[in-house]
Amino acid sequence: MFTHSPKQQRSASSPDTFEVLDEASASLRDEIDELIEIHGENRNALIPVLQEIRSRHAFVNSFAMQYVADRLGVSAAEVYGVISFYSFLKESNYGKFAISLCRTISCDMADKARIAKCLQEKLGVKFGETTPDGMFSLNWTNCIGMCDQGPALLVNEQVFTHVTPKKIKEILDGCRKTYQENEKGVS
Amino acid sequence: MTIRNTITFASIPTDKGLKAALEKEPKSVINDVIESGLRGCGGAGFPTGIKWKFAAKAEGAQKTVICNADEGEPGTFKDRVILAEWPDLVFEGMTIAAYAIGASSGIVYLRAEYAYMRKMLEECLEKRRQAGMLGAKIAGKEDFSFDIHIHMGSGAYVCGEESALIESLEGKRGEPRNRPPFPVEIGYENAPTIVNNVESLAWVSAIFANGSKWFKGAGTKESPGYKLMSISGDVKLPGVYEFPFGTTLSTILEAAGGEDAKAVAVGGASGTLVPPNNFACKICFEDVPTGGSIIVFGKNRNLLDVAENFQEFFADESCGQCTICRLGNVKLLEGIRLMKQGQCTDQHLEDLCSLGASMQIASKCGLGQTSPNVFLSVVKHFRDEIPRHPVAENDDQKTEKAKSSNLFQSVVQLFRTDADTAKNNSGTNKKGVSA
Repeated sequence: MFTHSPKQQRSASSPDTFEVLDEASASLRDEIDELIEIHGENRNALIPVLQEIRSRHAFVNSFAMQYVADRLGVSAAEVYGVISFYSFLKESNYGKFAISLCRTISCDMADKARIAKCLQEKLGVKFGETTPDGMFSLNWTNCIGMCDQGPALLVNEQVFTHVTPKKIKEILDGCRKTYQENEKGVS
Repeated sequence: MTIRNTITFASIPTDKGLKAALEKEPKSVINDVIESGLRGCGGAGFPTGIKWKFAAKAEGAQKTVICNADEGEPGTFKDRVILAEWPDLVFEGMTIAAYAIGASSGIVYLRAEYAYMRKMLEECLEKRRQAGMLGAKIAGKEDFSFDIHIHMGSGAYVCGEESALIESLEGKRGEPRNRPPFPVEIGYENAPTIVNNVESLAWVSAIFANGSKWFKGAGTKESPGYKLMSISGDVKLPGVYEFPFGTTLSTILEAAGGEDAKAVAVGGASGTLVPPNNFACKICFEDVPTGGSIIVFGKNRNLLDVAENFQEFFADESCGQCTICRLGNVKLLEGIRLMKQGQCTDQHLEDLCSLGASMQIASKCGLGQTSPNVFLSVVKHFRDEIPRHPVAENDDQKTEKAKSSNLFQSVVQLFRTDADTAKNNSGTNKKGVSA
């Protein structure tokens, strides 16, 4: 996956050190440069930079991992190690709207199973999957601190409580509407 | 509405505590906190003032104050309410801490699940800067500058542990460090660092506004003051309540409308399951401690489902550093699933309990040390919940199996005395199989 040795890549971050760089990667590279400008060129900046890439592009690809590693002077394996550690960085399915349903005890007792079934039926995907149009991804999450108002779920950063099947329809419709209004979608 | 009774924080005027603290010498600020007896509200209950004293003594140029807003314990949501309702008190508490230990920078480690609060908190910080209560020369004090920024977590329960939190701030996997050295000596970027829970910091502001004697006056000897509780589950009125330490669990259940509970998880997934015959216990560090989570299970709940849910949580959230926690939680989870099927042998259950006991002593951090608690509580207090429905099997193998397995030893023993002299295969009806 990583064809260049770290030493070669770290020697210079200028574009010409990469043999082939497609357009998407080139723009990602510029974006990462920008982010490192903001957060600083040190290890402490790693997670904020990854969070930002993740929220803009929904996932961190191998090029981004390698490039961030080069810029911050760590190995790509360490960057991968960090990504795989944190549940909000590692999820590999990605939709424009990431739905995370809380599975922890209080929401469980508030009948999360009913909500889970309803979500799967409405979206036509299982947990851990993304709808074919790339609009919604469905995941479980651990306690989101809404235990008194369960069942609760997150759509990207937004929290919804006391979720019912009726409310799910509203939430999904709301997402589609937001997307239509803003063709670029939300990040 | 989430807030259910009168919370002290609502009556504390903004900046009253901070102004009172800044009039004192840093040393006497620390003494006041020690005097108040305030203990960390995240769950571990380490005396806040002592922590500050260590950090003040430790040498290091760039000391840091960290607010632990990585509230991940299942059933806990008091910090969310505090941050949403009284963020000023939390920032004030951080500023007082910084003044006391001589820190110039502060970080709020906000969990990813609370990202929707970030904007509001940033605005609050900005307002404080403009009011001169944050930034350079706070409240006109020439030699005191301190600023706070917000760092987002990325979804890892273990980062609520202070050394894991610091690792995460440094851009690493959130794996707890070996201690000592404690963060108060070598913490964030190797400088002395204090990590305090959101609620502890808010109480600091309240203590300076109302006086340390006021705080000490409530609660018990070992656990002075008040505590916010997050109550959820099978109760009529779930939400955040404030009680003085030493309040009995039954009083709390009465207030929330959950008196007929079958069991209560005090302290979340890492706490203990309290059976009804112990509802008279007091919530304090001397008796049953809690970080604020109280989850009530009604009469119809299957406690094995509860234990399974908790164990799934730990199997998922273990950082993987200590073998016994990484694998132990998976083993306990498998054990619970066997129990649910009525296929966990007595011997296996015994083994699992001893595994749980080992996890409590051999794990590096609180996660591993407390993860078997609920499992062990179920076995101890709710043994009847574990189904023992034997699986029928053909007669051929049963004698051998009954001999070789400790499974339902008492039953086997019974048969042996009954049919002692009789042919073994005539009467032995083997109950259950091992997995």
